[in-house]
Amino acid sequence: MVTTKVLMGNHAVSWGVMRARVQMISAYPITPQTQIVEELSEICASGRLDAKFIKVESEHSAMASVIGASAAGVRAFTATSAQGLALMHELLHWAGLGRLPVVLVDVNRAMAPGWSIWSDQTDALSQRDTGLMQWYCETNQEVLDGVILGYKVAERVRLPLMLVLDAFLLSHTYEPVEVPDEESVDAFLPPYRSEYKLDLAKPAAFGPLTSPEHYMELRYRQQLAFEEAVDVIIEEGKRFREAFGRDYGLIECYRCEGAEVAVLCAGSMTATARETVDQMREEGKPVGLIKLRVFRPFPTAILRAALVPLKKVAVLDRNISAGAEGIFAQEVKAAMCNVPSAPEIHPYILGLGGRDITPNTIRTALETTLESKTRNDIPIWLELKE
Amino acid sequence: MTETAVDLRAPELCGPGHLACQGCGATLAMRYALKALGERTIIALPACCWSVIAGPFPYCNLGVPVYHCAFETAAATASGIRAGLDMQGIEDVTVMAWAGDGGTFDIGLQALSAAAERNENILFVCYDNEAYMNTGIQRSSATPFSAWTTTTPESSPKADRKKDIDRIMAAHSIPYCATASVGYPEDLMRKFLKAKGIVGMRFIHVLAPCPAGWKMASDMTVEIARMAVESNVFPLYEVEDGVRYHITYHPKRPISVEQYLKVQGRFKHLTPEMVAQFTAEVHERWDRLQRDCASS
Ligand SMILES: Cc1ncc(C[n+]2csc(CCOP(=O)(O)OP(=O)(O)O)c2C)c(N)n1
Ligand code: SF4
Repeated sequence: MVTTKVLMGNHAVSWGVMRARVQMISAYPITPQTQIVEELSEICASGRLDAKFIKVESEHSAMASVIGASAAGVRAFTATSAQGLALMHELLHWAGLGRLPVVLVDVNRAMAPGWSIWSDQTDALSQRDTGLMQWYCETNQEVLDGVILGYKVAERVRLPLMLVLDAFLLSHTYEPVEVPDEESVDAFLPPYRSEYKLDLAKPAAFGPLTSPEHYMELRYRQQLAFEEAVDVIIEEGKRFREAFGRDYGLIECYRCEGAEVAVLCAGSMTATARETVDQMREEGKPVGLIKLRVFRPFPTAILRAALVPLKKVAVLDRNISAGAEGIFAQEVKAAMCNVPSAPEIHPYILGLGGRDITPNTIRTALETTLESKTRNDIPIWLELKE
Repeated sequence: MTETAVDLRAPELCGPGHLACQGCGATLAMRYALKALGERTIIALPACCWSVIAGPFPYCNLGVPVYHCAFETAAATASGIRAGLDMQGIEDVTVMAWAGDGGTFDIGLQALSAAAERNENILFVCYDNEAYMNTGIQRSSATPFSAWTTTTPESSPKADRKKDIDRIMAAHSIPYCATASVGYPEDLMRKFLKAKGIVGMRFIHVLAPCPAGWKMASDMTVEIARMAVESNVFPLYEVEDGVRYHITYHPKRPISVEQYLKVQGRFKHLTPEMVAQFTAEVHERWDRLQRDCASS
């Protein structure tokens, strides 16, 4: 049975956590993530979820205690944004290389200074190399589904997951969301059982001093797990469709048949881009959309296959690696650089710090790319004020 | 005060093959602690000498599960482990955070204070060797006034007094706080046994002399640990619920503070004025402790 509820993105997270039967939660409030914490406190207090909620003094301790609980063998969860995520940074490596399948929701928010509570992907992307999977959400439905599917994949490959949703655009926006019943989620996502945990019957040390003789192999195995995750995401995505009717791959190609130029983006702006592509298609323009849902593991092979038929790709970055360029553009260029018939990659920077991304913004990117006579390698900043 | 029987011949859970220096007080501390706690113990171990002592991957000299955690997270990691066990209905296990003075007095204090405020059902142990030994003897806020360390050289020894962590912890009104010393194993084990029987946050502060950092002979560890107590530099006491103070060992023939300082190379540069200041501080703390015991 499925109930449709009108949920804000933050509450879609809470419902996902409840349905996933998370056993331990620890989080620290930060705008715009706060309602996740509030609603989960309520859900735990009322007994709707049998979980222990540790109300810590910082994000740092939130992640540390989630790591402890996961190591002890239970399903654990935390959520944060921007400064909170940055404060967790060291612990993200501990979870990643510790191979603990925790789920962390990051509500994408711009980094200070210039206190900004609005959307921007730089917070999540600057944690790129910590060893967490990163999935970006377009809708609140994808948020709820992402938590459930996220635990399934994370626990199979023993890698933590960062599920990313945009500040306000999803976190505070109400949308109809199908909430599956407990039984069907239980059938899809059985209770967490870990072969490797703090076990009194088998005392062992986790994460001790590791000599050059062994460390590299740990990293290599982590890399293999990320590679394996690509297939597991596809496989579990199909199972998810069988169970709930919605399919999630690593990328999604929208109206790419016969397209010459596609816009490539991630997160909530994908919905706006979809609209824009529809409009431009009606005007007869050969445009399409590629949504990057999974950023880690990076879907190199899948992306190459999707991009090769195109002439040009406009990569939209709501983030920047200062001194270089947008991070998605860098990654897409890197994936395509050895492909003989690769399309031109045209990078754009837009929407930083929550600046509106409208259909016009995306149209500008697509039209500029369509009309461009040169390989435009340096990012164009869209709607930048003088 | 309930007296609990301690058994120094209890099974060894701190095995041979560890990597400590000769005469390491911290290693004695773990040995006695685990004899008292027994095998139903899980340890959260942050960065410190003990992350080396326990042995490298894939070895471990401890007979209980150990989770190596980030330097500043012993209390938070232990809280999470406790939550994980509770959710699986495993209640008869002592979750022990085992940190050095750095991981307790300094970088770990925020998480420790928060865990104390939440009255987490964990035992937090600080083995105090009065400096960051793992990184090569740098000062910590547990380093005593005037001591030499590699960041407080003899020409400019530590100007500040040692942070009074025991009072800070007692001020959280947690069920149990205690000081202990590797010079008095029965007293130490009694405190661990007692702590094991208490539900809620427990804090034990063990003075653990370090031959390398204190510049002393490696066969002097127990002797110097005893001198710290006999001179009232490190009194042995307990605080229950933040208010009931109780001295567990009264020095019978107190020695002078100077005698304690003299046997350690880290104090060899002390001027008579520094010794006087050090001594005055010891007396001040001892008097205050007496008053607290009298009024509780
Ligand atoms: C975040 C962080 N900063 C610094 C370090 C380096 N570090 C490792 S152990 C240590 C000192 C530990 O001192 P203490 O807690 O007193 O234990 P001891 O080594 O004396 O046993 C330091 C500074 C670290 N591991 N993590
Ligand atoms: S440096 Fe000191 S505390 Fe560390 S192992 Fe050696 S004796 Fe023990």
